[in-house]
Amino acid sequence: MPSADVSREDLVKFLCETGAWTLINERPFDIVPDIESKPENIFISTFDTAPLAPNNNLIVQGNEAAFQTGIDVLSRLTEGKVFLGLDGNKGAKLSSAFTQATNAVRHYFSGSHPAGNVGVQIHHIAPIKPGKKVWTISVQHTIALGKLMLTGEMHRTVTVAITGNEILHPHYVSTYAGASVKEILEGNTSDAKLRIISGDVLSGKQVMADGYLNPNDDQITVISEGDHYELFGWLLPLSPRPSVSGTFPNALFPNMKFDANTNTHGEKRAFVVTGQYEEVLPMDIYPQHLFKSIIFRDVEQMEGLGINELSEEDVALCEFVCTSKQPLQQLLREGLDYMRTEA
Amino acid sequence: MGLLDFIKKIEPDKKKSPLLHTAYDAFLTFAYAPNTVTKGGVHIRDGMDLKRLMVHVVLAMQLCYLFGSYNIGHQHFVAAGQYLGFMDGFHLKLAHGLIVMLPLFVVTHVVGLGIEFMFAAKKGHAVEEGFLVSGALIPLIMPPDIPLWIVSISVAFAVIFGKEAFGGTGMNIWNIALLSRVFVFFAYPTEISGDTCWISGYETLAAGDSAQYGWWHTSFFNSIFAHFDWPLFDSAKTVVVDGFSGATPLALGYQGGMEAITAHYSMSQIFWGAIPGSIGETNKAFIIFGALFLILTRVASWRIMFSMVLGASVMGMIFNAWDFTLFMNVPWYDHLILVSFLFAMAFMATDPVTASGTNTGKWIYGFFIGVVGMVVRVMNPAYPEGWMLAILFMNSFAPLIDYFIVQSNIKKRISRVQ
Repeated sequence: MPSADVSREDLVKFLCETGAWTLINERPFDIVPDIESKPENIFISTFDTAPLAPNNNLIVQGNEAAFQTGIDVLSRLTEGKVFLGLDGNKGAKLSSAFTQATNAVRHYFSGSHPAGNVGVQIHHIAPIKPGKKVWTISVQHTIALGKLMLTGEMHRTVTVAITGNEILHPHYVSTYAGASVKEILEGNTSDAKLRIISGDVLSGKQVMADGYLNPNDDQITVISEGDHYELFGWLLPLSPRPSVSGTFPNALFPNMKFDANTNTHGEKRAFVVTGQYEEVLPMDIYPQHLFKSIIFRDVEQMEGLGINELSEEDVALCEFVCTSKQPLQQLLREGLDYMRTEA
Repeated sequence: MGLLDFIKKIEPDKKKSPLLHTAYDAFLTFAYAPNTVTKGGVHIRDGMDLKRLMVHVVLAMQLCYLFGSYNIGHQHFVAAGQYLGFMDGFHLKLAHGLIVMLPLFVVTHVVGLGIEFMFAAKKGHAVEEGFLVSGALIPLIMPPDIPLWIVSISVAFAVIFGKEAFGGTGMNIWNIALLSRVFVFFAYPTEISGDTCWISGYETLAAGDSAQYGWWHTSFFNSIFAHFDWPLFDSAKTVVVDGFSGATPLALGYQGGMEAITAHYSMSQIFWGAIPGSIGETNKAFIIFGALFLILTRVASWRIMFSMVLGASVMGMIFNAWDFTLFMNVPWYDHLILVSFLFAMAFMATDPVTASGTNTGKWIYGFFIGVVGMVVRVMNPAYPEGWMLAILFMNSFAPLIDYFIVQSNIKKRISRVQ
């Protein structure tokens, strides 16, 4: 185990040998960082605002010391700072692990999703400069990193939230990263045709019923498939559905609760509506122009319009609200991959 | 799902008859929201799609349709010296309005949708919904007596050259409905200018003849009305009224300022719309209602509407201060309810495809439509109305406005390096 005054080089070597290096995520591109990589800053979002996301204040309970140790290690890996994004919403009960963290700069963010997305927080704290890299790491991974430094052992246990309207008893479960979905969900789902998602409904990945969790995810969401026709469903929907538009009754009853399914509620079309992405992306970015520049593969324009500041989860809400049903997360990934090969 | 099974059974072969399949697909997805599910990316989608968006714009103009149709009949009978009260001869006015309006609506849609279906079949994609709105707007911005063959040509021109040539819905540079109107304006100017075209049947009446009624009037509707013992269409009773003028408020304003306008029409008449004009633009209350509906449902951009009012007001005030001609002297706030300003603001300028795409751009775009429109309205002696030309003009500049705004964002990002 490395001592407290070990060189950065040896620390990196230790992290690589123990596999802890893969806990770190590098932006742009959302990749495991290169061993030579030196981040400008490191960012941790301590709250998740995605639909039905786990509560990190609960997860950090009993792991306060490990979390702090994790921050301490991270602060030695960057010449910049470690930034913590905290939930600034009224009534939020924050763990002392977050509010009293040392060796880190705290920033409070208020508002609904995507306020908890680390990408949005980076944009408002210290945006990524062209040619520079930053690291991000989740709360659970920071705890794992801390435990490694405290005990010398790499624990890949993770607390997972079992959520979604087809789950009979939503709860948390402590398991191994990449656990079997079948074992976790056994006897706890409804009889409907199910969509099992590793992650949340906006940017999670679909997994088969006998598949495994994505090792980086701390949430499973199960919803019903919406593969049915609906008579005049576009005009006079019989069942409530999520929408940000003012054309559904939901607009008048913001606290209305209902089941969501995977129906696309319409077909893919060319970009028509403008301004709707900006409303759900609190960043100084012009998403539609960026997506168009991705479509015609203009690297300069992509970079100029801020593709490096985005990852799939940041544009997930744009994709959700998109009237033209464009596959924006896929487009963004194509753009990021293209940028990487071109660079 | 018996009906759905039946519809699925009669699906035509896509390769053998692409046009038929395109039409089938269009009607199927119209009747039933499709059963497609999300794949990759988000797992749930917003209930809003293009069909729903477009139909809300169409819904917003339904009151204009209702009033416009009735007003066609009302103006016709006022010019003919009969049933001068707005509600007098209600059935005759409504019947005459429908006789004028329905063919216009049907022809617009048959031509426009026909072309859309053909292009969709040729390109092998689904019929896109853009024409739902264009098709609903075009009849409302035409003069009532416009020959149907001119409407057909103008719609065909707008859809083929204005839209399909650029790649279809979402790709066009100019507003389709306005393109069809501007086509009529430049290709058949006599049909859409002067004092006679704004009232149905007025050309005949102004020439001293009695009104001409066709089969629908004299046989179809008269036989129904006779059954109820209601007054009938009777061309013999129609006479031209001495001193009657079909001039729109702007034509009057251009000649004699506000005094000339109010000598003919009271402000409440202008606001409530019982005056000659393009079919859908006369009733301001219903347009305001439609605009509020679009803003509250967040279907149209309030930024464009608000900045357009701002632009027109500012320019109106400048003209008021300049005070060179009588028309310049018309108070700026009255300009806002004269003729088609509100209609253009609510339904034309807000077209998201042809407007600026950025929020800052929308402010600039709307403001300059207001300014340019007022300049054309007040200073152009040939045609005292400016919104059609102003919107098309600013449509052309919208990409340039966006370009500068996007470039400034890019520059800001690059400057972070220093």
